[in-house]
Amino acid sequence: MSIWEYANPKKFMETTEKVLPWLVGLTAVTILPGLLWGFYLTPEAENFGSSVKIIYIHVPSAFIAINAWLMMLVASLIWLVRRHHVSVLAAKAAAAIGTVMTLIALISGAVWGQPMWGTWWAWDPRLTSFLVLFIFYLGYMALWEAIESPDTAADLTSILCIVGSVFALLSRYAVNFWPQGLHQDASLSVDKAEHVADVYYWPLILCIAGFVLLFVTLVLYRTRTEVRARRLKALEARERMA
Amino acid sequence: MIALLLRDLRLAVRAGGGFGLGLVFFLIVTVLVPFGVGPEGALLAQIAPGILWVAALLACLLSLDRIFALDYEDGTIDLLATSPLPLEGVAAMKGLAHWLTTGLPLTLVAPGLAVLLNMPAGAYSWLLLTLLIGTPALSFIGTFGAALTVGVKRGGLLLSLLVLPLYMPTLLFGAEALRRGAEGADNTVPLLMLAGITLGTIGLLPFVAAQVLRINLR
Repeated sequence: MSIWEYANPKKFMETTEKVLPWLVGLTAVTILPGLLWGFYLTPEAENFGSSVKIIYIHVPSAFIAINAWLMMLVASLIWLVRRHHVSVLAAKAAAAIGTVMTLIALISGAVWGQPMWGTWWAWDPRLTSFLVLFIFYLGYMALWEAIESPDTAADLTSILCIVGSVFALLSRYAVNFWPQGLHQDASLSVDKAEHVADVYYWPLILCIAGFVLLFVTLVLYRTRTEVRARRLKALEARERMA
Repeated sequence: MIALLLRDLRLAVRAGGGFGLGLVFFLIVTVLVPFGVGPEGALLAQIAPGILWVAALLACLLSLDRIFALDYEDGTIDLLATSPLPLEGVAAMKGLAHWLTTGLPLTLVAPGLAVLLNMPAGAYSWLLLTLLIGTPALSFIGTFGAALTVGVKRGGLLLSLLVLPLYMPTLLFGAEALRRGAEGADNTVPLLMLAGITLGTIGLLPFVAAQVLRINLR
């Protein structure tokens, strides 16, 4: 099994049709217990009260928001190098999901920040770079919509994704020039000392796993939709020719 | 390549509508700010570096869609693509011509506008320097954006949406270097970062822009 087999849309559709119900089930049994565990079975944190529970939405969505862009970058490269048609459609499918995840991370963060920091928004490096990421997603999707020829659109958006990644990264480090803001350090990092407390750690991991599965499921669904939309267009074109 | 550059410069100056417009826009945006935030000198002096940089960036953006759009419509770009001149060279010259007709004049008139914003006198040299270093990056990033949207009818708005996020690091470092310079603080690092971005965009983006043009001309 290699990803090149799935450059054939027929093969891709057949496989995903079998895999998707399992993925949906697996997502449900990960994300629901994760959220329930996090919301109802963990203690309230000192200083934070029950607002700490936003972490189970905020951290996974932020995690997906960044990694969706990474996935788009890889998928775009695969398309540019090997003309893998399904790959670029997956990138297109991931963009909308990434946008929503970025928005969820921003809004859940604002809801958490209002009682905790006393403000909905601060020009903190982390917050700013997420806003920038959100704008990059919007630009990427706008370019997809604007260009009619599907292959041209795929090429141009792929190049935009690559160039955008460089500039997004630059912006991320550029905003570090500002005085450090209010945002907490990484919730999960290799450096154990920074971790959240153990009671919150495992439900959080479960939630992140659930969000990853949710992301994969949604991307596959949306990619299938894109493949079908392509087929419809081809059928319409054939009918007009006849 | 020189001939192409001269042609673009002549077109920009003589065809009207492009050359002076950016400068006037720069002037108007700068003048609008005191109307918006009030005439207190201290406040204006404090925000002047940011305002001048944002205004210069917007003025730059205004003329971006002219880089390739006209040549694309009348077929010049097809001729250039089939000529022995490498398309990368064409893209680089287009960027350079845009800078010479937009970025450079903006830089030169900026101190005049800084007077209106009550900028401290010691900051003028920093204003000139940061804009001189930073505006080429704006032109070359813009050339890439213009190449991306050249095939889109009425792509001006889309162009802004695509290019503005790419401008963010340049703007941040440029304004930061100017602000620190105006306050008399050490601004070597943002200045070097700004120069790095400019050199990087001049060196790399013409290649990307040429590739994008080839895709659009397919």
